[in-house]
Amino acid sequence: MKEFIILMKPELVVSIIIFILLFIKLGKPTGNDFLLNVIQVLLLINFASGFFFNHEGNLFGSMYHTDKLIAAQKSILSLGIYLISLLFADWFKKSEHLAEFFILMLSALLGMFFLISSGNFLMFFLSLELATIPVAAMANFDLDKKISSEGAMKLILISAFSSGILLFGISLIYGSTGTINFAELPAVVTGNPFQVLAFVFLFTAFAFKMSIVPFHLWTADVYEGSPMAATSFLSVISKGAVAFIFITVLYKVFQPMQEIWYNMVVLLSIITMITGNLFALRQQNIKRFLAFSSIAQVGFILVGISGNSPEAITSVVYFILIYVFSNLAAFAVAATISSKSGKENISDYKGFYKTNPFLTWIMALSLFSLAGIPPTAGFFGKLFLLTAGAAKANYFFIIIAALNLVVSLYYYLRVIRSMFMDKNEEPIEKIKMQLSTRFGMIICAAGIILVGLFSWIYDYIQSLT
Amino acid sequence: MNLSLLILVPLITAIAVLLVRNQQQVKWVSFIGASIQVIICLFLFVYYRNDVAAGNTSQMLFQQNYEWFPALHIGFHVGVDGISVAMVLLTSFVVLAGVLVSWNIEKMTKEFYFLLHLLAVGAYGFFISLDLFMLFFFLEIAVIPKYLLIGIWGSGKKEYSANKLALMLMAGSALVLVGMLGLYFTGTERTFDLLKISATHIPVNIQLICFPLLFMGFGVFSGLFPFHTWIPDGHSSAPTAGSMILAGISMKLGGYGCLRVAVYLLPEGAKEYANIIIVLSVIGILYGAFVTMMQKDLKYINAYSSVSHCGFVLLGIGMLTKTAFTGAVIQMVSHGLMTALFFAVIGMIYQRTHTRMIGEMSGLLKKLPFIITVLFIVGFCSLGLPGLSGFVAEVTVFMGSWEHPDAFHRIITILACMSIVVTAVYILRAISKVSMGPMNETFSHLKDAAWNEKLAAVILLFGIIIIGAAPFWLNDLIRPAAEIIMQKITGG
Repeated sequence: MKEFIILMKPELVVSIIIFILLFIKLGKPTGNDFLLNVIQVLLLINFASGFFFNHEGNLFGSMYHTDKLIAAQKSILSLGIYLISLLFADWFKKSEHLAEFFILMLSALLGMFFLISSGNFLMFFLSLELATIPVAAMANFDLDKKISSEGAMKLILISAFSSGILLFGISLIYGSTGTINFAELPAVVTGNPFQVLAFVFLFTAFAFKMSIVPFHLWTADVYEGSPMAATSFLSVISKGAVAFIFITVLYKVFQPMQEIWYNMVVLLSIITMITGNLFALRQQNIKRFLAFSSIAQVGFILVGISGNSPEAITSVVYFILIYVFSNLAAFAVAATISSKSGKENISDYKGFYKTNPFLTWIMALSLFSLAGIPPTAGFFGKLFLLTAGAAKANYFFIIIAALNLVVSLYYYLRVIRSMFMDKNEEPIEKIKMQLSTRFGMIICAAGIILVGLFSWIYDYIQSLT
Repeated sequence: MNLSLLILVPLITAIAVLLVRNQQQVKWVSFIGASIQVIICLFLFVYYRNDVAAGNTSQMLFQQNYEWFPALHIGFHVGVDGISVAMVLLTSFVVLAGVLVSWNIEKMTKEFYFLLHLLAVGAYGFFISLDLFMLFFFLEIAVIPKYLLIGIWGSGKKEYSANKLALMLMAGSALVLVGMLGLYFTGTERTFDLLKISATHIPVNIQLICFPLLFMGFGVFSGLFPFHTWIPDGHSSAPTAGSMILAGISMKLGGYGCLRVAVYLLPEGAKEYANIIIVLSVIGILYGAFVTMMQKDLKYINAYSSVSHCGFVLLGIGMLTKTAFTGAVIQMVSHGLMTALFFAVIGMIYQRTHTRMIGEMSGLLKKLPFIITVLFIVGFCSLGLPGLSGFVAEVTVFMGSWEHPDAFHRIITILACMSIVVTAVYILRAISKVSMGPMNETFSHLKDAAWNEKLAAVILLFGIIIIGAAPFWLNDLIRPAAEIIMQKITGG
């Protein structure tokens, strides 16, 4: 029992928070301001609890597995949730169903925790469903907007479809090997055509979740329709969680087939980067823009994943930590502007620096970090991903990845240019922000600058792998 | 001598600029920061000479080595040899002059000086890094400030130029990155350390892949033909201080990188591709010179002539002889000072006449004696008049090239020499048109240079004349470092 409590501490904490929120909801109606403060404190506790009593171990006949690296990954996701609660305070305070939103989000987080910890394909499937279905409800939270329902509908259909494919893949694996346990699979995976077929199905399901091209078509529509808080959750937290388990599955379970999956990862990485970048070039809506940019970022994560080494795991975890800070900050600025002025197009940002220098610098920092410009952390994140990928001495692949960095710089600079350089007679007026939003942005900015320059964070993650 | 100061002082200046209150304070903080930096660099120069005179024969002096990302064998490793000292000195002079000529900038002063100092951090860090990762880090730090400087404070089609510059330079650095990663994984031990990589033997087939990547990548920065197209647009759209630093320092990052990283670490690759480099650089020299003849805008004249002059740097590197290397570095320093001063003078003229077209100016010598005199000197330096730095640099490069006895190198050298004639044509034509002839009535109220402009000009003129009159000290500084690179090439 004691072991159970210690090992499953992150999941238990999240569950307790969900129950607390449920009880608050059942009781006397409280004001949103107070409720949001309570939620923020609870999420901070959740994040802080991730630093203590982390042990390695298995539960339920190795259905559930945890170690220090997994604990660190969970902490990154908790941090992301905490930042979301700070950054989108404006929207939350206006929302009529604040508690429900967080209950859904935390349920999804709970699913992701189990997902990262799963040691068995059954567990994997169940937790993936738990991590997906609440998100569809979150995407539908702008109840009066038709586009929001449309996005939610697309998301739920795509999720159902990919779950079907995933189940098919899992059953093929069981058929060919007789086991679905992660620990036992490497010994029986040989890479015969039947298993390759099963792997392709599994890979497809992952590709849907991480919006790898050609399974990315839902991304932009869902991002555009959903409220920003849900979008940022989808693009940062949910992608991060799937990337973590993707590494585990590839490196542990399918290690014997690494030559086969290496080629697949490289190919999809190239297509994903190029497609994401090319489509991002022409987007006008900032949400769609960020959607395609996040597709391109996934392509980069795949470059790191292709490395297949402890350094590759470190670089991916490190990159996702940086990605949490950079992408959330970018979404937060876009959300603040959108909620105050209703403007979501890049061309509306013209002359923004004149009226809102603080928001502009936050946006610039986060976009530079996404583009991989030093001294922001994104530079280090991208470079280490490339370093991990380059270990295979595949020059062609690395050159394409490096040149994609240049293409991506072009569209990030478009936003920068519109904010700093273009003249506008009627720029967006000075925006008054919630204190917690400002605080969250400062945390993000500090993260963007410090996580890169101070190398001990990288060393810490490296020591865990 | 603590080399970290070279990075810390501009960084602190940049942060201090953000913290102070009004424009006046911003300017003075920048000025003081840049002056301290010049003093530090002069001290560095003196200490370096003393150490060498005292018999310190190690390749890199004042080394500092800390671990940065130990898991990936990335270190914070700095150190200088003669070439670095020369480049650092150049940087400090140009930055100080750049701060001085931007004295009257009114629009977003704080941000302007912040970016200027950030750019300086990149340049200083680049010249003293002995770790490829760090070198790359500083190389890229210098890109975005340029983009913003041109895009916000520039003139003409500034957004287009800023975008072009940022994207081309980033493409260059992407190639550098790939070459760098190639080097990282070749040795027995994974390392980015320049000295460690230079001690290992890199297989020839890897050298043949990595050398063109690195050389082309750095070549984009230094205007290697056909990757020079960002130079005219970028320089002509940038604000005065931006052009000065762009041409004076930023293009030198490329030349320094070609020499220090590409040629030094990959000697076999350098030998294999030397002839291609030579041909491309001579095309750049001649093409740049002839295109300049057709220009009517003063900034375009200097921008295209920079393509031509930086061709000499690459020519010197491509010749692979000790004298030619020395000449290339002298040319970098000389061209840095000269072109910065040229842009400064153009900026001063433009501020007064509000035109850069030589057709619209005449007889300015009467009204602006100081500025036009400086223009004369800098023009003579550009066309290689003996006694000024341009002559010393070009002659050294030619002497180095002539050491090759075969017909190919002889013909190339003669072709490159011919560009000097063309240079004389366009420089003399431009200067005489601007300074002499009947004075335009609209210019009769113009005032000559203010104190800050005079100081900036004098600082840069000082460098040009010292090098021209007494080239031996610069030569002595650079030659031992060139010798070491040469040993790598002959020793195989």
